[in-house]
Amino acid sequence: MKLSTKHLLGIKDLNREDIQLILSTAQQFKEVLQRPVKKVPSLRDVTIVNLFYENSTRTRMSFELAERRLSADVLNFAASSSSAAKGETLLDTVNNILSMKVDMVVMRHSASGAPHFLAKHIPAAIVNAGDGINEHPTQALLDAFSMQEKLGKLEGLKVAIIGDIMHSRVALSNMYLLRKMGAEIMVAGPPTLIPKYIAEALDVRVEYNLEKALKWCDVANVLRIQLERQNQPLFSSLREYNLAYGIKRKLLEKLGKDIVIMHPGPINRGVELDSDVADGPFSIILNQVENGVAVRMAVLYLLANRDDD
Amino acid sequence: MATRDNSFIFNKNSGLKTILSEQQLALTVKRLAHQILENHLKLSNTVIIGLQPRGIFLSDRIVAEIRKILPGETIQYGKLDITFYRDDVRKSLHIANATDIPFSIENRKVVLIDDVLYTGRTIRAALDALLDFGRPSHVSLCVLIDRRFSRELPIQPDYAGKVIDTIISQKVKVCWKEKDTIEQVILLDS
Repeated sequence: MKLSTKHLLGIKDLNREDIQLILSTAQQFKEVLQRPVKKVPSLRDVTIVNLFYENSTRTRMSFELAERRLSADVLNFAASSSSAAKGETLLDTVNNILSMKVDMVVMRHSASGAPHFLAKHIPAAIVNAGDGINEHPTQALLDAFSMQEKLGKLEGLKVAIIGDIMHSRVALSNMYLLRKMGAEIMVAGPPTLIPKYIAEALDVRVEYNLEKALKWCDVANVLRIQLERQNQPLFSSLREYNLAYGIKRKLLEKLGKDIVIMHPGPINRGVELDSDVADGPFSIILNQVENGVAVRMAVLYLLANRDDD
Repeated sequence: MATRDNSFIFNKNSGLKTILSEQQLALTVKRLAHQILENHLKLSNTVIIGLQPRGIFLSDRIVAEIRKILPGETIQYGKLDITFYRDDVRKSLHIANATDIPFSIENRKVVLIDDVLYTGRTIRAALDALLDFGRPSHVSLCVLIDRRFSRELPIQPDYAGKVIDTIISQKVKVCWKEKDTIEQVILLDS
């Protein structure tokens, strides 16, 4: 058994078996991370470059930790402190790095489709660590892993994705993945942040009322309001957003049932999520971060083998 | 002593030869359990670790046998998967199985159990994996079938169910009831 793709560009390209293989391999890596020596020699002959054209704390550290725990050699690249600032093109930068015998590329870029473009031009395996407003596949995989760990299954699970659906690559990857695994999805948020025709395009429910969405779901995946991606004001103020769509403890207690709260981070406390919810008993936000390393180890491990050549 | 029987290697007519029948297999497992106990009378300081995936069938049986011999004694029994420690990771993809070692191996005597000892590479990986869990005081190896003369590394078993001479083109198949419906060890010519 192996993955059906050479790269991980998006969940869109994966099939159900791929997703299951990644999640079950991640389970074994999670066990590795509980050992006294949290490191295995699997990728000791692999060199990986982390190309980050956009800022990141969690994802970059999580990838780097995953790479090191697999014993890979790691190169870090941040666009702000590199020749990219002098005007070098993406392809030139990558080809220069690859000529130093690098085997895999982990890339984050603010342009949607940047890793797809790269995949057409270079031989190395590429892992998309977030491209613009398109996909963030490893985040969706770790979200699924965490849901499965907490609730025992994905099939039939009711997941509400709440917030800025329009600008969120986490939302898109999550929707692709959860639909493939047989979960039901509802997207909720202000109409201005939910793309038109999304219900038809992705086979999801749409809800504009937060309380109704929370009543329906087993899991609420709360998205960050992405102030950096908004060219125009899509809601009147953060305070008003918090009043209408912020998750509050009182609201959760009114539901009469337990729902799992997730967030891909970084949290805007007091905007989409109140502190007493983010740090509360329903939250698995820190479990998500922990699982991220195991899931990324699984992805890198499964993409590293050169079966075909 | 492990029994030796090399007569079948010259039998070129049949493509299949039984190495151990179901009855012989059961007796061999019993013997291995007794041999392990001879050297590990104080089980409190010994841990038994089966290697995933197919060593587990043998280790399950040996542990059950030891339980019969010493009822009431606590046996520390774990399972180890060595997929991430293989030296051929990038040549072919191997799917990992669960590792479950819910105790410390620090300063313990470890008995590793696998079904077939062939090149020795699996055991090399197992030793690396094991050391990531701590520093055992002693490690010994128990296998059902020892394909001697096929070793690529200096590794030998301490307990062997049966020692056989084979050539590379032959394949030893250990069948277990749980997996293969019948219980026997056969040699296949290809």
